[in-house]
Amino acid sequence: MLAMNYRGTRRVRVSQKPMPEILHPQDVIVRVTRSCICGSDLHLYNGNVPDTRVGTTFGHEFTGIVEEVGGDVTKLKVGDHILVPFNIACGTCVFCQQELFGNCHESNPQATAVGGIFGYSHTAGGYDGGQAEYVRVPYANVGPTIIPEGMDVDDAVMLTDVTPTGYQAAEMAGIQKGDTVMVFGAGPVGIMAARCAWLFGAHRVIIIDHVEYRLEFARQYAKCEAYNFRSLGDVVLFAKKTTDALGADVCIDAVGAEAAGNALQTITGRKTLLQAGSATALHWAINSVKKGGIISVVGVYGPTDNLVPIGNVVNKGLTIRANQASVKRLLPRLIEHVQNGVLDPKGLITHRIPLEDVADGYRIFSDKLDNCVKPVLIPPSARM
Amino acid sequence: MEKRPFENNRGSERPDIKGWGIDADPKNDPTYPYKHRNNGEHKGYTWERPPLQPVTVEVLHSNERPNITAVFGTTSPPTGLSGAIRRFAFKYSENSYGHWLPLLLADRVNAVEGVLDDIRHGHFPNIFAEKGYKGKWKHDPAGTAARIGMIVGVAALAFWWFTRDDDDD
Ligand SMILES: NC(=O)c1ccc[n+]([C@@H]2O[C@H](COP(=O)([O-])OP(=O)(O)OC[C@H]3O[C@@H](n4cnc5c(N)ncnc54)[C@H](O)[C@@H]3O)[C@@H](O)[C@H]2O)c1
Ligand SMILES: [Zn+2]
Ligand SMILES: [Zn+2]
Repeated sequence: MLAMNYRGTRRVRVSQKPMPEILHPQDVIVRVTRSCICGSDLHLYNGNVPDTRVGTTFGHEFTGIVEEVGGDVTKLKVGDHILVPFNIACGTCVFCQQELFGNCHESNPQATAVGGIFGYSHTAGGYDGGQAEYVRVPYANVGPTIIPEGMDVDDAVMLTDVTPTGYQAAEMAGIQKGDTVMVFGAGPVGIMAARCAWLFGAHRVIIIDHVEYRLEFARQYAKCEAYNFRSLGDVVLFAKKTTDALGADVCIDAVGAEAAGNALQTITGRKTLLQAGSATALHWAINSVKKGGIISVVGVYGPTDNLVPIGNVVNKGLTIRANQASVKRLLPRLIEHVQNGVLDPKGLITHRIPLEDVADGYRIFSDKLDNCVKPVLIPPSARM
Repeated sequence: MEKRPFENNRGSERPDIKGWGIDADPKNDPTYPYKHRNNGEHKGYTWERPPLQPVTVEVLHSNERPNITAVFGTTSPPTGLSGAIRRFAFKYSENSYGHWLPLLLADRVNAVEGVLDDIRHGHFPNIFAEKGYKGKWKHDPAGTAARIGMIVGVAALAFWWFTRDDDDD
């Protein structure tokens, strides 16, 4: 079968790989119909996630048709068209029992600090991902969800990560009616977080980025204010000035390790890997929020250390909430929002790329070319 | 900087935004990840585990846990020099640079092993294609030309440096 194949820093290609097999009684094998490239994949692509092995297939946002089921699979049958949450979750461990499906203790042997994730290095369990024609899906009774009748597959694939992550970013921020919400990052996740902030009753939603076309996209899609940090000068000063000198009620970090905007952070975090990615957005979030405010972090960082003004967190009495999105927990509500037309996840998709052109897809998304916001890969069999 | 007057009319509805406020919940506190805390972890690692996936490839496991998880991925098991470095890294906990820095080194070594492996199998990797320069060229020809020019320039300089006649001795 055809599959994306990681060869080293910023080098990927498609090649023939053996078909995946059932390795556990709760596995299914899925024929992929859609598979996105995500901002999280850029951390792998840029070589920033330790234990990213050559030959691995990435891809944690995918839909597909069940082709084969393991002996203990009760909730799915051959032919079902499913959307697969990016987290691999057993459903029985104490963390899954608390609906922390992104923090499962039975899906990742290599690290205790993160649950299993499809196609996300050995630090997240060593699974091949969905940027392929076929993929193995473990714990098929827990995460995968049959795509509801009438739902567009492009909406479905956006429910595997981006929509729940953006929604959870707003939820964790504990937004109350009337709040001013400041979102750092106008990528797919940040734009969705800005859109969802309104659902929680935000009064003002402000998004910050430095890529003009994305700011314009965010203005239209999320109906929020959007500012370019390069022209603002000092973002934190702007945050204070625009909130009567008090600071935003909540700040959301939807950037993570690839952040630009501060030379020292970029050199230590992205060029030399002396810290676990550049923490510029988190730094700004901490300094832009009000005293007693809440920071919600969904931006992904590496497993070592980051330079952030933790003293200000103490002195301002801040609450930091962060997690990998618990996709399965949020799906019922989000499916409802999509079906009622409240949310329009597929509206974020700007590029539909044949799986065979995966290398160009990564480059276009990574370098922010051709006004790309969200690319989705389509395998040959799903194009017929 | 654009000066925007502070609006003190907090709580105003936004009828122009579909779904405004429909998930507002004054009781959304504590929110996740604490919301459904049930203290199950006080009983320790005692839950009934799912059936265990047979271990058919070498799986390294964090020394912060006693076992391999009930399921795991089987892609790219450790091999060669990079594999040896990875095995060494797993002697250290996730709390240690001894774990993460060797893993990053192993990733770089692994990339070289990948090229050698390709060549051994009679396939000379098309680095330009793998880097997606075809797509970049289409949408950013000037940037791509500059980038490729720089790479060729550096390579030419290195070639000159290593092949020049050393008149000094
Ligand atoms: N927690 C989760 O469950 C989860 C799930 C999906 C993605 N993520 C993470 O969310 C982040 C965003 O994902 P994405 O797909 O939108 O990625 P993306 O790379 O498309 O978007 C990031 C955006 O941040 C902008 N940016 C860079 N530096 C900035 C700064 N200092 N301030 C403001 N904006 C800045 C970039 O220009 C870019 O538009 C990534 O770190 C990704 O790994 C987390
Ligand atoms: Zn993702
Ligand atoms: Zn679990």
